[in-house]
Amino acid sequence: MTLFLEQMLNGVQFGVMLFLLAAGLTLIFGIMGVINLAHGSIYMIGAYAGTWVAAETGSFWFGIPAALAAAAVTGAAIEFLVVRRLYQRDHLDQVLATFGLILIFNQTITILFGRQPLFVSMPEMLGGSVELLPGLVYPVYRLAIIAVGLLVALGLYLLINKTRIGMLVRAGSTNREMVRALGVDIRLLYTLVFSLGTLLAGLAGFMAGPILAVQVGMGEQILITTFVVVVIGGVGSIRGAFFASLILGVVDTGLRAYLPGLLRQVMVGPEADALGAGISSMGIYLLMAIVLLIRPKGLFIRNS
Amino acid sequence: MNLRKTLLAASVAVFAAVPAFAADPVKIGMITTLSGPAGYLGQDIRDGFMLALEDGKLGGVPVELVVEDDGLKPGQGKQIAERFMGEEGIKLFTGIVFSNVAGATVPDIVDNDAFYVSPNAAPSNMAGKECNPNYFVVSWQNDSLHESAGQNATNLGYKKAFVLAPNYQAGKDAIAGFKRYFKGEIAGEIYTRLDQTDFAAELAQVRAAKPDVVFQFHPGGLGITFLRQYEQSGLMKEVPMVVAEPSMDGVTLAAVGDAAIGLNVTSHWNSDFDNAANKKFMAAWNKAYNRPVTYYASQGYDAALAYASALKATGGSLDDADAFREALRKADFESVRGKFAFGPNQHPVQNWYSLKVEKGDDGKPMLKTVGEVLKDHGDAYAAECKM
Repeated sequence: MTLFLEQMLNGVQFGVMLFLLAAGLTLIFGIMGVINLAHGSIYMIGAYAGTWVAAETGSFWFGIPAALAAAAVTGAAIEFLVVRRLYQRDHLDQVLATFGLILIFNQTITILFGRQPLFVSMPEMLGGSVELLPGLVYPVYRLAIIAVGLLVALGLYLLINKTRIGMLVRAGSTNREMVRALGVDIRLLYTLVFSLGTLLAGLAGFMAGPILAVQVGMGEQILITTFVVVVIGGVGSIRGAFFASLILGVVDTGLRAYLPGLLRQVMVGPEADALGAGISSMGIYLLMAIVLLIRPKGLFIRNS
Repeated sequence: MNLRKTLLAASVAVFAAVPAFAADPVKIGMITTLSGPAGYLGQDIRDGFMLALEDGKLGGVPVELVVEDDGLKPGQGKQIAERFMGEEGIKLFTGIVFSNVAGATVPDIVDNDAFYVSPNAAPSNMAGKECNPNYFVVSWQNDSLHESAGQNATNLGYKKAFVLAPNYQAGKDAIAGFKRYFKGEIAGEIYTRLDQTDFAAELAQVRAAKPDVVFQFHPGGLGITFLRQYEQSGLMKEVPMVVAEPSMDGVTLAAVGDAAIGLNVTSHWNSDFDNAANKKFMAAWNKAYNRPVTYYASQGYDAALAYASALKATGGSLDDADAFREALRKADFESVRGKFAFGPNQHPVQNWYSLKVEKGDDGKPMLKTVGEVLKDHGDAYAAECKM
C-alpha cells in the first residue's frame, strides 16, 4: 500500500513538471495559434542559467530569479524577433522556424558550457527525505516540486479567471479577431502571454536541475510528452493541461511500475519485462490516440 | 487535421553539426556522436584519437582525420560512411559510439573492403557469426563490461541482485552479461526507457524488493540522473551498487560528485594505471584539455595507436589490404590499459579491474583501482566466429 502511495506521488510529481511546460505551450498555441517547438529550449535555458548562477554564487536560491529572468527574456526576444512574423503563416512554417531555433540554442549552449552535463546541488533544507506515513519515505525536494506546481496552477487559475488580463486571454483563445476589433493591443498581449509561458518553462527547467542532468537536448526529451499533454487536455485550455498532466504522470508511472509485474503473472519473466517496458513506453501515446478518437478536440474542450 | 500533421513533423527532429576539413595524406574517417546529450562521448573519442597524432602523423605516416557527427542516428551514420567511401575514397574508419549506429554502418564499411577499428561499441552479433576480417575492436565486446560487473558482485559476496537497464539491445546485452557471471539470485529486473528522465517509480520498486546489491547500466546523462536520484531517495545508504564503466565514467563522476562515493565499478582501464603508455596519455590529456578524462578518450587514443602500428608496418600503403590487416592483427602497440591482444574474432583479450569511488587528495571523488576481476578475458562469442 505504501508502495502504491509512493508511486502515486511519483506520478503526481511527474505530472506537475509536465504541467509547468504544458501550461505555457497550450497558452501560446491556443491564443496565438503558434506551434513553438523551441519551448523545450527555453526549459533548457532556464536550467542552464539557473544552474550557472547557483554554481557561481553558491546559493540555490539565487538560481531561481536567474532562471526565470533568462527564460522570460529569451521568450520575449523569440516572440519579438521570430514568432511575431509567423502568426499569419502556415503551421509548417512555424515548425520550421522554431525548429531552427532549437538548433541555434543547442549549439549556443554547447559553445558556452560544453557538452558535459552540469549539475546543481539542492539546498540543504530541501535535501533528504521525510516519512509521510509509517514506511512511506519521500524526498523533500520532490514534495517541494509538487507544492510549487500546485501553487502555479492556483496562480494561473486566479490570473485567467479573476483578472482583466485573464479575461483578454480567455477572449483571445475563443475569438482572436473580435478581441482585436474591440481595440485591445493584441501584440502586447501576445508578448505577455509568450513571456509568461516561457517563464514557467524556465522554472520547470531549473527545478528539474537537481534531479535530472542539465544537458544540451534536455528540452527535446520532454517536449514530445508535453505536446501529448496539450493534445489530450485540449489546445488552449489551462484547466485541460493541468488535469491531462496529472493523468499522464500517474498513468505513465503506474504502467512503468505495475505492468511488468502484471504481465509476469501470465508469461515468462524476461519476456514479460521486455513487453511491459515496451507497452508502458507506448502508454501515453495510446492514451492520446484514444482521446483523439473519442474527443478529437481534447478532454477539456467542449465540442461545438 | 493540421495539428497532428505538424506534431508528426515536429517529432522527426534531427540535428547535426558538420565540421570537416580537407588535404592529401592517408585519410581516416571518423563517424561519431557529437551532438545531443551523449555528445561528450564522441567528443572524447575524437580528442583522445587526436592526442595520438604526432605532428599530424600516425606511425610516421601523415594522416588526415575527417570527422562527422552521426547525431546518434543509424541512418545518418550509414549515409556518412557511403559518402566517405564514395566521394572521399576513405579506406580507414573509426569513431562510432553507439551499438545501434554501428550495426547500421559498419557492415557497409567492411563489405566495401574498407577497415573499421571500433573505439567503443561492439554488439554481440558482430562478434560472433557476423564477424569480419576487416572489423577490429580495441575497446571490449559489449557483454564483457557487464560480465566483469557480475563477477565483481560475486566476488564481493552479494547474494541477491536487482538489475536495471534501458530497453534496447545494449541494455539487454548488459543484463545478460551480468547474469552470466553473477552467481546469486536476481531479486528483480526492470527495463527502463532510453529517453527516461525520472526513475522514481523504479527506485520505489528497488526499495520494496530489498536486494543486497543493485546493478544498473545507464550510459551518459541517463546514468547521472539515475545515480543522483538513487542517492536522493536515500537508497545509496541502504543498498550498495555495482556498475560497469559506462555507468560511471569521469564525466558522470564529476557531475554526480560525492553521491558516488563507495560505488563499485569494473573497468578495463583507469586513469591511475601505472604504465608508461598511460602516463604519457594522461600527461598529454591534462595538458591539452581542461576537463575530466573518460575511458572513451582512452579508447579513441588506443584506436589511433592501432592504426599507427599498421600504418608503420606498411609504410602508409593501403594497396595491399592483406598486409595491412596482418599488421593490424598483431596489435603491436603499447595500449594505455597495459596487456592487450586481439582474440580470434579480432575483439580484445584483456584484464578487467575493480575500481572504487573514493575521495581523492583534492577532496573530489575519484576512481581508484583496487584489484583484478577477470584475467585475459575474451568474449562469449569468439567461438562462433569463422574467418
